Amino acid sequence: MTARPESRGVEGIDPPVGHPLQHPVRRFVDANRAALGALSVLVVMTAIFIAANPHVFLGWNIYRSVLTTLPVTLFLVVPLVFVVTAGEIDLSFPATMGLSAWIFALVVQAGFNPVVGLAAALVTGTLLGALVGALVVYFRLSSLIATLGMNFMLRGVIEIGAQGKSIALVSLARGWARSVFAGVAFGVPIQVIWALTFVAFSSLLFNRNRFGAHVKIVGDNPDSARQMGIDVNAVRITTFVFVGLGAALAGFFSTMIDFTWWATSGDGYLLPALASVFVGGTPTWGGVGTVAGGAIGALIVSLIQTGIVGAGLSGFYVQFFNGLIIIISLIGHRWNQIRYR
Amino acid sequence: MGTRLIQLRRITKSFGRVDALGGADFHVDPGEIVGLIGDNGAGKSTLVKILAGVVKPTSGEILVRGERISGWNAARSREAGIETVFQDRALALQQSIVRNIFMGCELSGPLGWLKIGRERREAERLMRDLGFTSKAFTARSIVGQLSGGERQGVAIARAVYRQAELIVLDEPTTALSITETGKVFRFMREARASGRSIVFVGHNIHQVYDIADRFVVLDRGKVALAAERRDVPSAEALIGVMEAVAKPNPSADWQGLVR
Repeated sequence: MTARPESRGVEGIDPPVGHPLQHPVRRFVDANRAALGALSVLVVMTAIFIAANPHVFLGWNIYRSVLTTLPVTLFLVVPLVFVVTAGEIDLSFPATMGLSAWIFALVVQAGFNPVVGLAAALVTGTLLGALVGALVVYFRLSSLIATLGMNFMLRGVIEIGAQGKSIALVSLARGWARSVFAGVAFGVPIQVIWALTFVAFSSLLFNRNRFGAHVKIVGDNPDSARQMGIDVNAVRITTFVFVGLGAALAGFFSTMIDFTWWATSGDGYLLPALASVFVGGTPTWGGVGTVAGGAIGALIVSLIQTGIVGAGLSGFYVQFFNGLIIIISLIGHRWNQIRYR
Repeated sequence: MGTRLIQLRRITKSFGRVDALGGADFHVDPGEIVGLIGDNGAGKSTLVKILAGVVKPTSGEILVRGERISGWNAARSREAGIETVFQDRALALQQSIVRNIFMGCELSGPLGWLKIGRERREAERLMRDLGFTSKAFTARSIVGQLSGGERQGVAIARAVYRQAELIVLDEPTTALSITETGKVFRFMREARASGRSIVFVGHNIHQVYDIADRFVVLDRGKVALAAERRDVPSAEALIGVMEAVAKPNPSADWQGLVR
């Protein structure tokens, strides 16, 4: 055998350097097909918007308005990618978001530092996620139905407790916490930086960490995962805990942005966040997924809402085009992906 | 005779009213290939699952290196150095070769961050050592894209990586091409040469005869024959034994076929 640098691969299994399979571009495309598919949908969609109304879509304002609320969606979408990849679904995140944000609001209202409030919200999200996960895993419930039930129940807890009243946190409007978590830097809402950090960290967790590897294997073939000594239940519950954490962060940021907590907080995110996961290229069947794609999906979904109106159509068209783009993306991903089973 | 690597004594297993195993004795010594044969429903799969610890015997005892093990399960089986390559191979088809080989024992640093470079090199080395190589795939390739033989190679590589002392191969050559079967055989010989043991469960008696050092024929949950290779003159003799014991009232006339 000829001596070759280790990184070049070993003779035999690894096709020789220069083989098409080894080309870095080919490898990158192979590893990121779904995310690149979502990116192309985004590019084409933006191009159409620009063509329809160059004045609005070549300016910065419309994007700034998208970027204000996009981060909240990102904190929800990214952990959902983990849950869906693990072969489950979580529909309880809107209520978890509302409840965690409520705890945050109560702590801040009581005069504590917002960071204490954030910690309390994160603990709430973690506990609720663990509760939902344990319900699904130990009672062997369908996660679709069980989490739907939990969403109603937790929202009910909020309604019973808050009696429909909102909490205005005027102190947040001028505190330092607002400039750190929801201020503006170089014309960009600062929460974008936090959300992108979260996306980047989660992407590493998904692709470069044992946890992400186990999530994919559990979603792919839980029986073999078990045979190989992976604690399948623990992995599943952890993905629900991660959704709880993300929901708490989403609730925290949305309250920081609006400095008001509403009893309906989180409600409006159910369908856009779910749609983003699938528009981003994570398939429904588990085993594979893409965090970067999910983030791009979230951008697509928020851009449609703003974009339709910006393109000069009336607000009545939003739903229609929303649906149209979701369907087109799904058809595209179907072509792009092969399911092995 | 040295210490048995693993010994199963008077193992019974009932599924409801069906007795899959009715008092079977089975053992494996270090560095041997045991051919486990028998018709469908003879109890081969049950015995394999008991070895792997995924099925618990109804009664009987299991000894590892002469020591009785209580509470036998999948973890104990693994601790004892047994790795089982099931017929379905337990692969995650949408994951890469690397992820499948290291399934459940990923190479990771602090906080579970994967050492992906080391994993890939190790996977490449394992696949090369086993002779499961091709220009059509890399260690990063998705297992679902591989042929049956290549998938078998991945499953075997995983067992080897876990430093198994006994590798149970449940019909490893079914649906494989001749070249691919040759690779599995080469692997079994090399494993034996390095002191490891193999249980080769097979339907193809000629294949089992070609490689095994000892044969165990199961019939309706009992060991119908346990014979050393030197006592069995030919594969046809083994087939003769199987046909004879399969009769409703097995007579003793098969006794003449083997010594």
